[in-house]
Amino acid sequence: MLSSLTITEAHEHLKSKKISSVELTKACIDRIESVDKTLNAVIFQNFERALAEAKKVDDQGMRSHPLAGIPYLAKDVYCEEGVPTTACSNILRDKTYIPPFDSTTTKRLKSAGAISIGKSNTDEFTMGGSTESSCCGPTRNPWDTTRVAGGSSGGSAAGVAADECLFALGTDTGGSIRQPAGYCNIAGLRTTYGRTSRYGVMSMASSLDTIGPLAKSVEDIAIILQTIAGKDPMDATTGDVAVPDYRKALKKDMKGMKVGIPKEYFIDGMNSEVESAVREAAKVMQGLGATLVDVSLPHTKYATPCYYVLCPSEVSSNMARFDGIRFGHSVSNPKDLIDYYIRVRTEGFGPEVKRRIMIGTYALSAGYYDAYYRQAQKVRTLVLQDFIDAYAKVDMIIAPVSPTPAFKIGAYEGDPVAMYLEDIFLDTQVMAGIPAMSVPGGFSNNNLPIGLQIMGPQWGEEVVLRAGYAYEQATVWHTKRPPLSKN
Amino acid sequence: MTKLSATQVRHIAKLARLEIGDDEVEKYAKELSAILAYIDQLSEVDTSKVQATAQVTGIKNGMRPDVVNSSPVDREALLATSPLPIVDDQIETPSAHG
Repeated sequence: MLSSLTITEAHEHLKSKKISSVELTKACIDRIESVDKTLNAVIFQNFERALAEAKKVDDQGMRSHPLAGIPYLAKDVYCEEGVPTTACSNILRDKTYIPPFDSTTTKRLKSAGAISIGKSNTDEFTMGGSTESSCCGPTRNPWDTTRVAGGSSGGSAAGVAADECLFALGTDTGGSIRQPAGYCNIAGLRTTYGRTSRYGVMSMASSLDTIGPLAKSVEDIAIILQTIAGKDPMDATTGDVAVPDYRKALKKDMKGMKVGIPKEYFIDGMNSEVESAVREAAKVMQGLGATLVDVSLPHTKYATPCYYVLCPSEVSSNMARFDGIRFGHSVSNPKDLIDYYIRVRTEGFGPEVKRRIMIGTYALSAGYYDAYYRQAQKVRTLVLQDFIDAYAKVDMIIAPVSPTPAFKIGAYEGDPVAMYLEDIFLDTQVMAGIPAMSVPGGFSNNNLPIGLQIMGPQWGEEVVLRAGYAYEQATVWHTKRPPLSKN
Repeated sequence: MTKLSATQVRHIAKLARLEIGDDEVEKYAKELSAILAYIDQLSEVDTSKVQATAQVTGIKNGMRPDVVNSSPVDREALLATSPLPIVDDQIETPSAHG
């Protein structure tokens, strides 16, 4: 199946004229048509335009860039000119929002010749860890369709894992790339805050939001990152920090690397299969010449509570723009403007978005700011300092991605805090703005993927990719494919 | 532990321009109270000597030459995404005065 190729493999085939981009794009379309009724990973199909673009790439002989002619899925929060982009929210679907501009990232991919074939499912405005808050319904995990694919970039992860595309774009505010990548046995990278541009990607929590790739191999992640990383005048939070040659970093092995093992990530009650997978991964790295070093990140347990102050507070501000005036949902016969706002927002937003808006509104209201937002920002400093101290001793840190493999759809219905606890290994990196990647790290007894998380220091994507690649080459997990039958 | 009453939930919703129906208010009161109880654990951390972090990578204001650039998107295209009537290049909203 052509759609199961990695970017690296497909690029070779395209260059040698063994296949065309049209054939590759058609293979992805066929795959989506044959499995997506089950998975629900793709919520907008952009097939006609994709085939026209693939034909153009073929006709022009665009082959030099490794992404030329490569089909991908973009999470439904990336604006693409003329393509419906709705954050899987009813507030942008009454009059479907069709952006008149491209996000910087999809524009960079377009210039490279990559082919956008559709929009992938996400929790509403990326708020969630399972895609269950999507107004399009949940994405199912290709490894077990009674389970979630994770979230919020669940459609992107399932799409890559099920070979509906060669790679996908996601966003990671509190683990939304890494967690679904871990649940679906693929690679997913959260970049350093400011390494990639967020311009044209719908915001959730602006001091935490990052965007990044999900792919079938670490080398593919390096290729995509190379294309999308770097300063963007349209996103003032992007850093003016040189973008290194990421594929070159892959050629180095792990000899002499110091790998930190943080004791706070091995907690009572965690799944024993997850724990042993990570301990086993550490041994693999040791076998590759790395030295294991025990480290402590003492404020780890405060990162998730911190996240659930900062994120909803920033959500309550970012979601204020959805008022039915400039885009999206509308209501008829309002009494007045305030009545219009209230009815548009009450009808348009789903329960998780409303919960976060209300928590944020409460936390930022007069008299509470110091106790919640300010205090969380201070605790954030302590979490960041933990990493600065640890990186004085080690080059990188490994940990689990999630405390358990993918959970059943509906498992946390009515218990938002229990759902939030799925994030406990994913929020410290967010507070510290550091890069972290999820790579396939093993399987549970019931054949569910277990993710391994590799973290680097700020702007240290090279270290993460280097270790991830060496580990991947030394293990077989990434070669496993889900036992998915057709619709 | 912070516990929100139905009245408080309605007040917060009003501030946020949302309406919570009678059938939902208890559910939201319970869920929001549970979330607040969870985040309350931050209060046990001594932060008296800690600076707040707002921008994690330490980037300061980005400067650019003070020149006028034209928008890559024209006015009609931006107005076209509105669900409301467009009158003389403006969006006609419901009256602010009822």
